[in-house]
Amino acid sequence: MSNGTTTTEKVIKVREPLFSPRNKKLIKDPLNDSNPITVQILGICSALAVTVQMKPSIVMALSVIVVTAFSNLVISLLRNSIPNRIRIIVQLTVVATMVILVDQVLKAFVYDVSKQLSVFVGLIITNCIVMGRLEAFAMGNKPWPSFLDGIGNGLGYGLILVLVSAVRELFGSGKLMGYQVVPDAAYKAGYFNNGLAILPPMALIIVGIIIWIQRSRNPKLIESK
Amino acid sequence: MEHVNIFVKAVFVENMIFAYFLGMCSYLAISKSVKNAVGLGVAVIFVLGVSVPVCYLLENYLLKPGALSWLSADFATVDLSFLSFIMFIATIAAIVQLVEMVVEKYAPALYAALGIFLPLIAVNCAILGGALFMQEREYATLGEATVFGLGSGVGWFLAIVAIAAIREKIRYSNVPAPLRGLGITFILTGLMGLAFMSFMGVKL
Repeated sequence: MSNGTTTTEKVIKVREPLFSPRNKKLIKDPLNDSNPITVQILGICSALAVTVQMKPSIVMALSVIVVTAFSNLVISLLRNSIPNRIRIIVQLTVVATMVILVDQVLKAFVYDVSKQLSVFVGLIITNCIVMGRLEAFAMGNKPWPSFLDGIGNGLGYGLILVLVSAVRELFGSGKLMGYQVVPDAAYKAGYFNNGLAILPPMALIIVGIIIWIQRSRNPKLIESK
Repeated sequence: MEHVNIFVKAVFVENMIFAYFLGMCSYLAISKSVKNAVGLGVAVIFVLGVSVPVCYLLENYLLKPGALSWLSADFATVDLSFLSFIMFIATIAAIVQLVEMVVEKYAPALYAALGIFLPLIAVNCAILGGALFMQEREYATLGEATVFGLGSGVGWFLAIVAIAAIREKIRYSNVPAPLRGLGITFILTGLMGLAFMSFMGVKL
């Protein structure tokens, strides 16, 4: 009997379906319970600076998803041959290569957005999400789960980015994705755009409020005093 | 006078944290006590003060279009600027490693106090951000680039020490439970950012 169970276990290990529940969890978890921005405190710098309008923040989110997913994949493939002492330099080199690729693609196809993002595409290299996931996940897991983990965390990051930028663009300039949403009649009736929403500090306050809402719905995330 | 202007601008007007949100991750993670915040802040000033001028030299004598013309006239059209990310980050990682070894050898007490924060500076976006802003703004001399690096470091130092002091005090207040810790720190930083915006437009 014991022989039989071990073989079935082996079969399960070898033929784990590509989207098994465990792998799905890797994508879903970062969207809420272990969101990189609001729970793990990773990758905040760029999240706040690019969120004045929705378009650049969506481009930024896509770039981060690509970079995290593929650098997770590469590092996970290399994980057994990287000497421990110089791993940070190896990781940074892989990430920097990915970022250069993304940067050149953006410059070639969406030049105006790439100008708007200015140094922040370059700063994906030091975006703690990428390094944090490489250290915490890709160094100890197989390529496919690592790839999914990268996509999941990129999505979680993108979700917050899009939320924050939607609020800021709606209240700050009355538009969404560059199209006017607040009708002209409202402006004539005395409605004003909230200038505060365009200023950088508002991004911090919005993220603070998102954290507040998320934690009051999900009390196990509340920090002890 | 130009140098003073750049310094004041880097510390107050273009503060790394309150105007650009660079280095937020360690800023949020290490600001629980003033003592650690001071240690990390000093390390950041030092690393920025060294790595920005080094990156300036790299940029002007290696990477910029035509920067290689000091080697021979044939290289006048070579443009290596697409390599700047990888060169800058490698330089910063090397300098951080160097700083870590020097501190470990000559100031073991400080080394023990800083612990994991020292190597983490390599991935502090404020450092790479400083180098990239230096590249974007095209400072005229090495002196200006150095002053900019030091100024950004001092600005970061001020910000982290200030928030650490507030967080030490706020422990005695009754913050709503879901907002405790991270949430309130975000909102506080936002309010401090608003205060720092009053420096905007200051010219010397």
